[in-house]
Amino acid sequence: MSANPIVTPAGALPRETRQFAVAFVVMLALIAVAPFVAYPFFVMQALCFALFACAFNLLIGYVGLLSLGHAMFLGAASYVCAHAAKVWGLDPVLAILAGVACSTILGFVAGALSIRSQGIYFAMITVALSQMIFFFCVEAPFTHGEDGIQGVPQGRALGLIDLSQPALLYVFVAVVFLFGFLTVYRAVNSPFGEILKAIRENEPRAISLGYRVQRYKLAAFVLSAALAGLAGATKAIVGQNASLTDVAFAMSGEVVLMTLLGGMGTLYGPVVGAIVVVSMQNYLAQYGQWVTVIQGGVFVACVLMFRRGIVGEIANALKWTSL
Amino acid sequence: MIFGHAITAQQLFGQLLIGLINGSFYALLSLGLAVIFGMLNIVNFAHGALYMMGAFVAYFLLHELGLNYWWALIGSPLIVGAFGALVERTLLVRLRGLDPLYSLLLTFGLALVIEGLFQNYFGASGKPYAIPPQLAGAHNLGFMFLPNYRAWVIGFSGFVCFATWFLIEKTRVGAYLRAATENPTMTRAFGLNVPRMITLTYGFGVGLAALAGVLAAPINQVRPGMGADIIAVVFAVVVIGGMGSILGAIITGFTLGVVEGLTKVFYPEASNTVVFVIMAVVLLIKPAGLFGKVA
Amino acid sequence: MATAEAAAPTLVVSGLQAWYGESHVLHGVDFEVRPGEVVTLLGRNGAGKTTTLKAIMGIVGKRSGSVVFAGRETVGLSSDRIARLGMAICPEERAIFASLSVRENLLLPPRVAPGGLTLERIFALFPNLAERLASGGGKLSGGEQQMLAIARILRTGARFLMLDEPTEGLAPVIIRQIGQTIAELKREGFTILLVEQNFRFAATVSDRYYVMEHGRIGIGFGNSDLDANNMEKLHVRLGV
Repeated sequence: MSANPIVTPAGALPRETRQFAVAFVVMLALIAVAPFVAYPFFVMQALCFALFACAFNLLIGYVGLLSLGHAMFLGAASYVCAHAAKVWGLDPVLAILAGVACSTILGFVAGALSIRSQGIYFAMITVALSQMIFFFCVEAPFTHGEDGIQGVPQGRALGLIDLSQPALLYVFVAVVFLFGFLTVYRAVNSPFGEILKAIRENEPRAISLGYRVQRYKLAAFVLSAALAGLAGATKAIVGQNASLTDVAFAMSGEVVLMTLLGGMGTLYGPVVGAIVVVSMQNYLAQYGQWVTVIQGGVFVACVLMFRRGIVGEIANALKWTSL
Repeated sequence: MIFGHAITAQQLFGQLLIGLINGSFYALLSLGLAVIFGMLNIVNFAHGALYMMGAFVAYFLLHELGLNYWWALIGSPLIVGAFGALVERTLLVRLRGLDPLYSLLLTFGLALVIEGLFQNYFGASGKPYAIPPQLAGAHNLGFMFLPNYRAWVIGFSGFVCFATWFLIEKTRVGAYLRAATENPTMTRAFGLNVPRMITLTYGFGVGLAALAGVLAAPINQVRPGMGADIIAVVFAVVVIGGMGSILGAIITGFTLGVVEGLTKVFYPEASNTVVFVIMAVVLLIKPAGLFGKVA
Repeated sequence: MATAEAAAPTLVVSGLQAWYGESHVLHGVDFEVRPGEVVTLLGRNGAGKTTTLKAIMGIVGKRSGSVVFAGRETVGLSSDRIARLGMAICPEERAIFASLSVRENLLLPPRVAPGGLTLERIFALFPNLAERLASGGGKLSGGEQQMLAIARILRTGARFLMLDEPTEGLAPVIIRQIGQTIAELKREGFTILLVEQNFRFAATVSDRYYVMEHGRIGIGFGNSDLDANNMEKLHVRLGV
């Protein structure tokens, strides 16, 4: 990878950390400026999806596992959070935590079932499991089926911060997003992340070195599910609803598109991809079903010609390795 | 009386019949997936969309060209199969040396494009397709009425499955296929055109999906969403059966269709999810699948 | 006609380089094989002998240079086209298809030219195979697999055969049988490129030898050059 040594002259940060810091500052600046340039609600939605994509990317980009049912974590957390806030009257922070807890447990169960299977099986199993969750959400009384859960109160975070104020809600969502983003960063750039990388590159070797490979994969899966849940639960508070769209197969497909377009295996890729896809959907909403066709077309084009994705291409051009 | 439900023989055999019908589709579709996976090492995520295309081509042949069901039975698999071969030749071939994940993603994107296009042109509602007059009516078997068309679907599917199995396991062409699946490099070094075999195999697997679509057209309606509705269950069937075995795919498909049908009789609330639950159980006991060879 | 064919070599390899992924294995191999000859590539493990055969057959990752076979440049051709020019390989791992029966294995390679051995001839050369036709390919012993691997390319009509370590791991009785087979094929006019670690075996059938080292040809010599002095040097080179 980098030809430069990790240890640079005293006081200077390693090259990779500097690159990351620059990109992070740019992202912070954009987040700060965004609500003045675009509709805050739209930006908040985009941030939730960006977090969702980051969670998904943890699995595909860093563990090499393609989950085609990730919507189950987003949607399940969304429903639980919505129910907790509306019916149980919980503080939004607690409601979100309830949602995350749900998706984490779901992630553990789904992971335990699917992690032993390699690539192609794994993908199919995630499809099947998420379909099962979808059916459950259609039938279960508390989800109200086609109508979904509406009118979710935004409440006061920690009993103090009134989230029905757009500015405060925005800051809240931004903080949640940054927390999730940095969690992914920390996971990837840590001994845990190094082991995941070793597993991805040569699993038999990792096993022969004594690593309990399945446990690491499961841990990554659960973390990914938890963060996806965080995105879903936050989205429920922002949008004040939870619906079947959040657990539908199309949602699973969209997060794959976001990550592919933005750049698999990069930290910023899913963020960029999410923003592009969400913007694209808003812009193309008037064309109805053509959105699906165009998304599919972009998908195919990316796989054939643009596999590095937007951020991947930028990183390649700049020769930066830490994007 | 079972589980508190009063069940008549008519109900039981009625659901069994539906179960066998669904099982026929599951078998044909998972067979196509297994054939494609064997040769190309990819999961064809477009399989549901191509099944739907098969039904629509039959509809198109009838309503635009006046060609009846029997023409569609041959024509639709050929047309959709040719389309599949084209896709393999122009798109999938570019991804051949790469991680199979990319091929999977390509077929996934393709499914979105196909389903989106059909949704746009035909809307979400279903189009009716008439049962061919030669197969209309029913026979009274005493314990139940057996609609002729349904008997035909089960019988013909079984025949096609058997014929495919026979072709692959017992014939010269099948030997070429099996050799190319096991060791494509050596097979090519003997002078066989392996890339062409791969294209034709993909086309054949797609053709099987389209055939299932034609068979389904008079029973279910012809809808753009019909592929997406069935694909998750078919994947579960494939995971349960395991990808390595042609025979395994066929047996698992029919069996699970029947299981689903029986569940509908005795425990209707679970009928949607029983296949998935079985999948979960099989994954815990035998992750490679019941007939699977590779974990 | 016969003299013209005897003059022009069947195979001319010049500057052949080959890579497995990033690994540069052949660094410029030059040699030739004349019609009706048996030529042996000798050398230590890792010298590049197997890679050379694979590169000629077109089944190695990337190659460059020149391989002229029967007057045609083949270095850019795909392996199926090379096979159809009349070349066949019997690889070191034998590559018997386990998912095919012995019979199916035997009949798999298509005829690429007239003049292949008939099944009768093949069963005369390898009687054991006739008894095992219905068995699965994976159920054969090492010796039987080797015989099948050789037998199936004899049917095709290919007259240029490349055999990679045909005696490896086999019992002396079977090694003798293979030696007799190769001698028989030579009498019938086949041209054979052999890779062998077992020099003693190679000496019973071979006309000429090349020694490979580090992806290149080191020395080449014929049977007439084999006196005690040279044998000594040869053994050192081969690491025997």
